[in-house]
Amino acid sequence: MFAEDIYTLSLPYREDMAIKGYRFGKGEQSACIVGPMRGNGVQQMYICAKLVKALKELEAKGCICSGKEIMVIPVVNSYSMNIGMRFFGVEAADISRQFPGREWGDTAERIAAAVFNRIKDYSFGIQLTSFHTAGDSVPHIRMIENGYQNASLANLFGLPFVVVRKPRPIDTKTLNYNWQNRKTAAFSLYTNSNEAVDEESAKQSEAAILRFLTRMGMIRYESHSGYISHVLTQEDLTDVNTMCGGIFRRKARVGHEVRYGDAMAEIIDPYKGNAKETILAPTDGIVFFAHSESLIAEGDVAYQLVHRLHE
Amino acid sequence: MVKTVFSIGLSTGENLVIKKNRLEGEGLQGKGRRVAIVSGIHGDELEGQYVCYEVIRRVKEKPEYLEGILDVYPALNPIGITVADRMIPKLEKDLNRMFPGSGQGAAFERAAAAIIQDLEGASLCIDVHASSRFVKEIPQVRICEEFADKLIPYARHMNVDMVWTNATETVHESTLAHSMNVKGVPTLVVEMGLGMRINRSYGKQVVDGIFSLLYEMGIWKKEPHGIQYPVLSTDGEVEFIRAECSGMFIPAIEHSHFVKRGDKIGEIITPIEGRTEKEIIAGKDGLVFTLREYPMVSKGALLARILTDIRPKRTREEE
Ligand SMILES: [Zn+2]
Repeated sequence: MFAEDIYTLSLPYREDMAIKGYRFGKGEQSACIVGPMRGNGVQQMYICAKLVKALKELEAKGCICSGKEIMVIPVVNSYSMNIGMRFFGVEAADISRQFPGREWGDTAERIAAAVFNRIKDYSFGIQLTSFHTAGDSVPHIRMIENGYQNASLANLFGLPFVVVRKPRPIDTKTLNYNWQNRKTAAFSLYTNSNEAVDEESAKQSEAAILRFLTRMGMIRYESHSGYISHVLTQEDLTDVNTMCGGIFRRKARVGHEVRYGDAMAEIIDPYKGNAKETILAPTDGIVFFAHSESLIAEGDVAYQLVHRLHE
Repeated sequence: MVKTVFSIGLSTGENLVIKKNRLEGEGLQGKGRRVAIVSGIHGDELEGQYVCYEVIRRVKEKPEYLEGILDVYPALNPIGITVADRMIPKLEKDLNRMFPGSGQGAAFERAAAAIIQDLEGASLCIDVHASSRFVKEIPQVRICEEFADKLIPYARHMNVDMVWTNATETVHESTLAHSMNVKGVPTLVVEMGLGMRINRSYGKQVVDGIFSLLYEMGIWKKEPHGIQYPVLSTDGEVEFIRAECSGMFIPAIEHSHFVKRGDKIGEIITPIEGRTEKEIIAGKDGLVFTLREYPMVSKGALLARILTDIRPKRTREEE
């Protein structure tokens, strides 16, 4: 294992922020795994840290395939991680929306540029992404459809779902989009937690990444076969929005099946305690995403259902 | 008359409400040409609060001059304003990256769609922003090149110091202005001053400009005086000056001044060492139209922007 500093930023009255990369094996730049760019991606950082540990052990046993090099960047934004902020710096920049970055731009753009310049030539890119909206989801791989995406490679992670999404203007600033534009096969891995470590899903994500690296011939590792992934588009997902705000009492659980008309949740009047609304399943489906906070506003997405599976 | 444009329930006994004030010329009954002034998309930008107030105050003072409809929306991100948050609180999303929105989406997707729907059919829209909390700006109109030919004739009458084409290479497509311009409603973005502050003289300058433009459009009957024409960024070149080290920035010049090549703009200091880290020197002659106000900087932070090679300003009377 080689550790390198990818970028170092000095700040008044704080120690330098160093973005660290850990390299395993020698040879072509095969896979790069990147951790959180927002300060709340604790679960994502934990998964990366577990990967560093696992890859170090595999390397010691000679299980990194020859001619292959793998890099892990456990955390990009330790600045925010240490102080419980989500975004970077006094100007609260979202580093995850600064790619490909600009070497002579503002601070966050320079960070993005330094990271991107270092990792842009890897054949495979895996980013551990946190949800913008607080909620739980079935672990899945997400890809942006821009002509270079390869959903069949995403199946090799062996997670239950792969979502292929059309890019919105704002996506052009993400790492995933810019990786794909430069012909890196890029995947975003979503797990069901951000701020708190969830051991079970961390284990599942770590296993999925090691499985992928094994199947792509980069490591030798005994992995279980995982799931046969279903590839979804945004159209296969149905949003279930609330009709009113209040206290959200969740019944339907992520990963479970619901039938049309099933009671999925109740919204409780925060003053009087009665149920203001019972949220009914608008279709048969599998719960893909569930709002996780106790309060909810009118119109919020309480759930997302997979209403259609392609065979 | 104050009207509700959009309302949606929050969790605990409160609705989020977006309002506008409709001012209407005598006997129009909703039929005349309409101009919309919107502000407060970013909750920490308050310069537009004075602009909205002053526009409404002047119309109320002389309602007989109004020959059309004026819709004024002071607070598109109302809860952001109450907590000085640029973003939509809790969601931590930029409302000005959510347009045109969607009628079926989450709360603010719907709000964005409702705002667009309400603005549709207007003859002109003016979106008033302030700068961030970090840098101070002269009154300016920002437009993207795609719509420049259509917008510059309007922007010229706005009494601003400058029209900046392609100001930033941010994601233009999801802004309110871009959505409206695509829909054929000419929309100007005004930037001025500083975040979390109100500069009365900048506000007054822009309000004079709004009435001057309304006069040109035949919506306001009183002829304005002393309106200045802006310099166009395309006449010169915009030079960005950024911090090349971290520390505290102490400006050596006033905002909105002309500098000569070699003039000192300021310095970055390290207080605990009592040391100057770097002197910031102008590389070209020009107008310092952006100057950093918030002293703490990290490497890359914007310190100043200079518009180089510009002609002196002219007023309408001189032309
Ligand atoms: Zn703004």
